[in-house]
Amino acid sequence: MEKLHFDLTGQHMPAPFAPVLVGVVGSGNLEVLLEPTAAAGCTLDITTSAHGFAPIWQAVVEDFQARHGLTGVAVSINDMGATPAVVSLRLDQAAAALSMKARA
Amino acid sequence: MHNWHSAADNRRARLERAASLGVKKVVTADATTTLLTAVLEPFDRVCIEGNNQKQADFLARCLTQLDPAQVHDLHMVQSVLALPEHLDVFELGIASKLDFSFSGPQGARLAKMVSAGQLQIGAIHTYLELFSRYFVDLTPRVSLVCAQAADAHGNLFTGPNTEDTPAIVEATAFKSGIVIAQVNELMDTLPRVDIPGDWVDFVVLAPKPHAIEPLFTRDPAQISEIQVLMAMLAIKGIYAEYGVQRLNHGIGFDTAAIELLLPTYAESLGLKGKICSHWALNPHPALIPAIEAGWVQSVHSFGSELGMENYIRQRPDVFFTGADGSLRSNRALCQAAGHYACDMFIGSTLQIDLNGHSSTATLDRMTGFGGAPNMGADARGRRHASPAWLKAGEQARRGRSGVSAMPRGQKLVVQTVETFREHMQPAFVDKLDAWQLAEQAHMAIPPVMIYGDDVTHILTEEGIANLLLCRTDEEREQAIRGVAGYTPVGLARDKRLVENLRDRGIITRAEDLGIDKRDATRSLLAARNMRDLVRASGGLYDPPKRFRNW
Repeated sequence: MEKLHFDLTGQHMPAPFAPVLVGVVGSGNLEVLLEPTAAAGCTLDITTSAHGFAPIWQAVVEDFQARHGLTGVAVSINDMGATPAVVSLRLDQAAAALSMKARA
Repeated sequence: MHNWHSAADNRRARLERAASLGVKKVVTADATTTLLTAVLEPFDRVCIEGNNQKQADFLARCLTQLDPAQVHDLHMVQSVLALPEHLDVFELGIASKLDFSFSGPQGARLAKMVSAGQLQIGAIHTYLELFSRYFVDLTPRVSLVCAQAADAHGNLFTGPNTEDTPAIVEATAFKSGIVIAQVNELMDTLPRVDIPGDWVDFVVLAPKPHAIEPLFTRDPAQISEIQVLMAMLAIKGIYAEYGVQRLNHGIGFDTAAIELLLPTYAESLGLKGKICSHWALNPHPALIPAIEAGWVQSVHSFGSELGMENYIRQRPDVFFTGADGSLRSNRALCQAAGHYACDMFIGSTLQIDLNGHSSTATLDRMTGFGGAPNMGADARGRRHASPAWLKAGEQARRGRSGVSAMPRGQKLVVQTVETFREHMQPAFVDKLDAWQLAEQAHMAIPPVMIYGDDVTHILTEEGIANLLLCRTDEEREQAIRGVAGYTPVGLARDKRLVENLRDRGIITRAEDLGIDKRDATRSLLAARNMRDLVRASGGLYDPPKRFRNW
């Protein structure tokens, strides 16, 4: 297992929300958990079964944050060798649930 | 005095040799090698019918049992190398030269044998191209074909897998060649005649039915959410955008996902009747839900698909069927249909470079082309218009002058790939493996499946690149990088240029199309497993055992 951590700045504070969980921990898949946090910005803690892909993770999470610009959100990821395509899809699915809650 | 009928004389001599050995028109299995030895001569061009699906496997095996002292240096001209015997004849010294189209399962062994100098390759063709050469400079002297049944006159019934047989037999029989057919059974009266008996010289009753592969069956249970997302992008961003009514789908899970989204997602977009009504396509089981929902008006097929026989029989308004009720397929004619009468081809590939050239050849595997290049190429000889063709042509020609100002349509050729294949192999590369393969095998040109100037759209999970709208090589390169995801090619994009291309509609992302990624779930599939497909067919589809898991 490889552990990665990213701290990114953001400007969109979602409305108060209960933790959001999407995906499953299974081969080629991953689990994404979003939780509210008091700290500014967006933190991402990643546990992945695939070693040596830190630069790709960095690019994936930076693009994610460029799309959503979250602040006050902690992201936890359990990855079992998902492709970047699946990671981005899950992150976007989780963030979409957030904004819907924020609107509601 | 010149002899103007030497080929016919030679044919008569071969038939007399067979007759003198007691071989009649209907041949028993144990007399087959005697027959082949009698009618074959060194350096003959020989076609073993090896299609995508059915295989003249008994005749292929008999050919390997000949004495290379008598029969040698055969020049094999066949569409598919599927069986070990297709290459054994070269190892055994019976054959020495090969012209072919596709070598899927034998691709690795073929590459090895070529680099060891065990055979000489004339060229790798598309199906239609090889069939065409049967009528020009690669006419078979002897053809070993395959049918379901024959009668005493040599009439052949192919059943639903007619495939290459008409093209091979026509070329051979009408140029003083010899046609030998392997059949599963002899019948007094055939259900229908697919090949007339006077085009066939010998009929061999094979000891067991010919091999046949269910190549076009995709279990919906294996379709991923990314493939669902890409299918949504394809339907909304390309099919709906151009109003694609007539099309061909490549083989694979990406296109199976599209087929399974027609009665659900596409229906919800109000596209029924506006897209996907006419197909050049093998009878894909994944198309059943769309057919049942009334989307499909017609399907013409290259070959059949195991398990689909009864379903096809009960849907003659959709499929081409004979008076006996079963499918009549024809690879040559369906290739022509796909090339000239379809407005779109969409298929997957293994590698795409920065010019959009795509190839399925990878190092140490010589796989050939099959039919994709004919489907995935603009038909330069096409003259009839359709809305989809005109719109693609207008986009390609907009603002251009001179020779390009003439109004003309263009075929939509879509390459659909996930940016990473399994084991994190990037689908986008700076240089295709095809270049190195060409060097290794001393090929005149790299084996490119679809040339970049024929590709109109590249679709990945990141979005759609419309290459028709690109005006410079740089725009084209950035459009490709812009959908190449986190591959090294994608990471090396010029972000500013890519955003500019997105503003101009050259790159389209899911959000630009109003696609909510939360909808990209497997529940959008009209069938989620094989059992759903059987159910959708009203129990008419009968999948092969290996696909039954209930």
